[in-house]
Amino acid sequence: MARTLAEKVWDAHVVRRGEGDEPDLLYIDLHLVHEVTSPQAFDGLRLAGRPVRRPDLTIATEDHNVPTVDIDKPIADPVSRTQVDTLRRNCEEFGVRLHPMGDAEQGIVHVIGPQLGLTQPGMTVVCGDSHTSTHGAFGAMAFGIGTSEVEHVLATQTLPLRPFKTMAITVDGELAPGVTAKDVILAVIAKIGTGGGQGYVLEYRGSAIEALSMEARMTICNMSIEAGARAGMVAPDETTFAYLSGRPHAPKGEEWNAALENWRQLRTDEGAEFDAEVHIDATSLTPFVTWGTNPGQGLPLSERVPDPEAIADENERVAAEKALAYMDLTPGTPLRDITVDTVFLGSCTNGRIEDLRAAAEVLRGRQVAKDVRMLVVPGSMKVRAQAESEGLHKVFIAAGAEWRQAGCSMCLGMNPDQLRPGERSASTSNRNFEGRQGKGGRTHLVSPLVAAATAVRGTLSTPDDLF
Amino acid sequence: MPVQLTAHTGRVVPLRRSDVDTDQIIPAEFCKELTKTGYAKGLFAHWRARGGFVLDDPARAGASILVAGRNFGTGSSREHAVWALRDWGFAAVVAVDYGDIFLRNALKNGLLAVALDEGSVAELADRAEADPAFELTVDLEGREVRAPGFRRSFRIDDRARWLLLNGLDDIAVTLGRDDRIRAYEQARPDWLPVVGR
Repeated sequence: MARTLAEKVWDAHVVRRGEGDEPDLLYIDLHLVHEVTSPQAFDGLRLAGRPVRRPDLTIATEDHNVPTVDIDKPIADPVSRTQVDTLRRNCEEFGVRLHPMGDAEQGIVHVIGPQLGLTQPGMTVVCGDSHTSTHGAFGAMAFGIGTSEVEHVLATQTLPLRPFKTMAITVDGELAPGVTAKDVILAVIAKIGTGGGQGYVLEYRGSAIEALSMEARMTICNMSIEAGARAGMVAPDETTFAYLSGRPHAPKGEEWNAALENWRQLRTDEGAEFDAEVHIDATSLTPFVTWGTNPGQGLPLSERVPDPEAIADENERVAAEKALAYMDLTPGTPLRDITVDTVFLGSCTNGRIEDLRAAAEVLRGRQVAKDVRMLVVPGSMKVRAQAESEGLHKVFIAAGAEWRQAGCSMCLGMNPDQLRPGERSASTSNRNFEGRQGKGGRTHLVSPLVAAATAVRGTLSTPDDLF
Repeated sequence: MPVQLTAHTGRVVPLRRSDVDTDQIIPAEFCKELTKTGYAKGLFAHWRARGGFVLDDPARAGASILVAGRNFGTGSSREHAVWALRDWGFAAVVAVDYGDIFLRNALKNGLLAVALDEGSVAELADRAEADPAFELTVDLEGREVRAPGFRRSFRIDDRARWLLLNGLDDIAVTLGRDDRIRAYEQARPDWLPVVGR
């Protein structure tokens, strides 16, 4: 029977098919761990006297809490420091490899997995973090789990799960210059809504997706969760294989050939049926920004702040009213007139080398506007080193931006990188929730290109506005 | 630790909001602890700080069922959101639907998160707003939500229900399939990556 990509990956991981109403028991190929969602899971193992079943399929890093300055000093916030120290003790006790703050391979958990070549096509990948969907860019089935499930995977390397529904998101045509993966995914979420993907794994396909780099595909899959989906996937192709080839944990020699043969089968079969389908015309897309307090509340940057009165659905109207009140925006205001005081370039959505290159290209020879603070936070120490080898850091520093160490940083403000109450950011991260980047802070989600142009003008802008 | 329960009866906090993300339920700064308890102070902390939030209405003190709207618990996978609701004293949530990860987390911790249609949820919120003494029963065994003149059945994951009704340890149940896990592991392809130390 013709199967979708997601169904093929699922079927290859069934340890035990559920009988009757039972879920399937699914094997997990890679478990990523970080300091925030793991301490209670390790405690649970200790209480029950259970070991980590497969430390060789488990890897940890410090990302959510770590500061992005003075990383050679102890973490100033004692609570953050304790959480990081606890991860170090747990990894030592249970034999899990850890990349701590300051390590050359440290970084955001979803940046380091692909970078090390640990994320590969057809695998199942989990992490106690909703943006685990990022890894689906390789044709892996990757999804976020809570701490109880982290403990379950540590103890058993499996999860009992019911099959996800499948949704095809087909993006055909060529993206216009200046329109990026971030604009595609923000448009997708605005179209299907923050709950539109509930219970689904999304498969992104079509000529516009096939033309994207791995970094760009990761940006798209990363935000699948913002449409409520369990996971997002892209079928692996030559772009995927070229990215993987030669990475530290990619297969070598004969194993590479065997893997490649398997990976080439990981495509949705002709005639396979999806539970739902969405089509998007890539040529119609333009730079996209959010105006509200969830990632579905977005519009092309050329438009105006919407008028809630014009929204027919009562739930959405009330949500828009609350969002505009929180964001302190007036209906009808051109989005281009919105002034920001902070620009954040980074996160597991847009903290990879291509994102930094794109932003640096815009900033080269230009200055960050007076009264605007711009933070550039590489997704990993490897990304940081790569950027420095290309001289990108000099461009950022010359423009007046702050060049930081790697971590989650202002995406969620668990470290000192936060918005103050009432501050407004243009951010390349993934969530514009109330207070996400700091209590009382206001967030507009944007692409790296829009972030850089906005930093120069001080109002939401595209690079075209700079000429 | 496994939780065993069959049904819960309590008074209601009507929330009247859709798309309540887990960053609202518990902001990140409260997620730095090492325990599964002690999160009540973080529950809806930013909204409560603005004053006038329904949770702090004295008439709602001791209420143990939260009635929300569409798409409750979206966003971050933080299980702290469930721990905070439970620590505050909530035993059940009734909403139209849920973020997938939140729902799994809730049922793992014995927080009875059940879904009813939009009209029924609105009716419950109306009645709770009109009468703070209004009581609701969420019956896991009978799969229904009940109040005087109100009876609706809900869907729930059968396995989660079975684990909760019997107070079973999910991990122990899975480890009971160890022979199958071992067999699967032996057949995994050689090229798959191992992390190493």
